[in-house]
Amino acid sequence: MTTIVTDNCKGCRYTDCVTVCPVACFHYDDEMLYIDPDVCIDCSACIPECPVQAIYEEDDLPEDKQEWLEINAEKAPELPVIEEKMEPLPGADERKAALGF
Amino acid sequence: MSQLGTEAAPLRVAVVGAGPSGFYATEALLKSEIAAQVDLIERLPSPYGLVRSGVAPDHPKLKQSIEVYKKVAALEGFRFFGNVTVGKDVMPQELRDIYHAVIYTCGAETDRRLGIEGEDLAGSHTATEFVGWYNGHPDYRNREFDFSHETAVIIGQGNVAADVARILSKSVDELKHTDISQHALDALAESQIKTIAVVGRRGPAQAKFTTKELREFLELENCQAAIASEELALNEASQTEVADKKAGVVAAKNMAIFEKMAEDAEQSKVRTCRMMFCRSPIRIEGNGRIERVVLERNELSGEPFSQRASGTGETETLECGLLFRSIGYRGVPIEGVPFHDSWGVFPNQEGRITDGPDGAVVPGIYTAGWIKRGPSGIIGTNRACAVQTVESLMGDLSNLPADRAGTDALAKLLQERGVRSIDFPEWQRIDAEEVSRGEPKGKPREKFTRREEMLQILG
Repeated sequence: MTTIVTDNCKGCRYTDCVTVCPVACFHYDDEMLYIDPDVCIDCSACIPECPVQAIYEEDDLPEDKQEWLEINAEKAPELPVIEEKMEPLPGADERKAALGF
Repeated sequence: MSQLGTEAAPLRVAVVGAGPSGFYATEALLKSEIAAQVDLIERLPSPYGLVRSGVAPDHPKLKQSIEVYKKVAALEGFRFFGNVTVGKDVMPQELRDIYHAVIYTCGAETDRRLGIEGEDLAGSHTATEFVGWYNGHPDYRNREFDFSHETAVIIGQGNVAADVARILSKSVDELKHTDISQHALDALAESQIKTIAVVGRRGPAQAKFTTKELREFLELENCQAAIASEELALNEASQTEVADKKAGVVAAKNMAIFEKMAEDAEQSKVRTCRMMFCRSPIRIEGNGRIERVVLERNELSGEPFSQRASGTGETETLECGLLFRSIGYRGVPIEGVPFHDSWGVFPNQEGRITDGPDGAVVPGIYTAGWIKRGPSGIIGTNRACAVQTVESLMGDLSNLPADRAGTDALAKLLQERGVRSIDFPEWQRIDAEEVSRGEPKGKPREKFTRREEMLQILG
């Protein structure tokens, strides 16, 4: 089991999630965040924090988002850790509205 | 006088309570841009608070947050004072005289009461006692629970209630390789419990379980989760709640699991865990000890997301030999620190303790975690909470008192009083001993459950 960031984060990157992560398992690039499954303790604290519902428990990951399991595991360890909230990406609010949130 | 927070004049802070909030506050201080020294004071010889003595033994992954706390303990400027009780060994006013600032992170240590007749009968307990007991907390080591009856009732439908129900539901085989304390494992091995009833005041859409905790009930070896299907009928307001794409996400996921429980009629397992909704206990009866609980049916009324339960007058009786209440927690006051009695917290504004809920800020004392905001949220919620408090403190630097002696003054005072404090390397010796005691049993550790045992290790 792990917790997974999916494509809804892409272009938003709100980062509210990282403030409640007890183990600093979030990593980031220019587009979005990723969770390191070897560090995540499956507490799920981040899931309700995401304004665009981009984060899933593995058990709840929809069929069409399964690829993100591997993407998180591959990308996270190579990228810098994020422990504090950053400004969302430009256009995040518009994207959020477009996603229906 | 050098400016506070420089190498010449580091900010000296005492943090009271070495649970997650204490460690996150310490981390925020020691990783900040200013020079700081933090003394983390804990009444037990062992650190980690509810991660050690609250998180259920069959949830080992959650306990991995301890790895983060170990890194905090390795930061420069950190010092652990275990086995020191604030309010007894050292007074709040003394801490204010020794440190520039004090942050209270002492959690919500006691349970809310039901306030009904029979609540104190033998066999009626708080969830805290039971959780502390199976997790080897020294305060609850000598508690006794009678598992010789067939039915146990749990009042409350949050994650602590789920933990209690799950531990009662599991077989010894499911628990024996966890860090559950041996005395608890031995007692649970004799359990005659067949039915565990988990009773909630409101409906299934309002139950506070997280989906993950709920899902575990579908996978128990020895125990069937069950719900009478009519219990899942939702009124209009609850239907609106569950349909809400944002605020209803968890409720919708939980409902799907409840429905599975209701469908799954297989009753071949030894035990049954029954979820019951819209009922409040109104009386506990028995001759000298609990024999039954009287429940009143509730109905919900009000707007979606603020529905209230009120009694209908219709009652039913549940025969039982054991009852746990898990309806919320409250902090315990410390003499000399303002306390909000009805909320059970230290009143505060963004972590600055105030003299009453609308009172003025009391300079130099702060709070974080459950004692700051009440018992809600999970481990990580306390990181955001502690960071906010430390930001408040940093904003007050220029108003804090100048000359404070810090660590050495506390150590000296404790020595004069004959208080045997435990530092972090000493804790690590106890920790290593616990781990090696667990090894032959295939357990991650066998905890010491008495203070004296821990002190003996140190010689």
